[in-house]
Amino acid sequence: MNALIDTASWILLAGGALLSVIGGIGMLRMPDFYTRMHAASVTDTGGMILMLAGLMLQAGLTLVTAKLVFVMLFLLITSPTATHALARAALEDGIEPQVDHDKR
Amino acid sequence: MREHTVLRVVTKLLIAPIILFALYVQFHGDYSPGGGFQAGVVFAAAIILYALIFGLAEARRAVSPNLLRITGALGALIFAGTGVYAMLRGGNFLDYDYLAHDAIHGQHYGLLLVEFGVGLTVVSVITSIFYVFAGRGRRNDDEQPPGDAR
Repeated sequence: MNALIDTASWILLAGGALLSVIGGIGMLRMPDFYTRMHAASVTDTGGMILMLAGLMLQAGLTLVTAKLVFVMLFLLITSPTATHALARAALEDGIEPQVDHDKR
Repeated sequence: MREHTVLRVVTKLLIAPIILFALYVQFHGDYSPGGGFQAGVVFAAAIILYALIFGLAEARRAVSPNLLRITGALGALIFAGTGVYAMLRGGNFLDYDYLAHDAIHGQHYGLLLVEFGVGLTVVSVITSIFYVFAGRGRRNDDEQPPGDAR
């Protein structure tokens, strides 16, 4: 049972790390501002949720898990809001999203 | 700022938990990482967030600069007063052992009081600095509506 939980936890942690790396690569490789921001939000939500879930499995039913739940709730509210504010500020500043028919 | 619905709603939702977390860092600081300075910064961040979203005039109405001036001085007074009180009880300056009937309780009270003083001063000073910087170049924007003849 213990080994099972440990394995599941490490799978989640590795998945979160993988998503974070993907988000990082996306931020470097994506062509324009909005797609880069989209790549960064993968790290914000997917990577964060998987890693915190992995850490919760490591901690078991303790106060640490309760604190991690609060951290997750906080991040789930704040990081989409930050992304929203960033995108809105960029749009109001006149950065146009790059779309496919621009290139032709 | 009237039209930023998402930001306003999320800010309203978040300010209370941020202040609660600041108080947790403040008063649990003797058992876990934290303390007066960190708690003060988190608390001031809540006020600054309010000012960023709802405007400087609204924030000044909620937490007035005059109040901050008083609490800033009060925090330093609590810090120094704890030290002087320990001296009056026969110890050195800030010698917590002499604050209560035994050394363990004395240390506990001393730590809580001093951290409270530090936290109060840090909230006040950081918010005051923000008010001064953010209000630079505008005169009396909390007293006169824009466009009012001087």
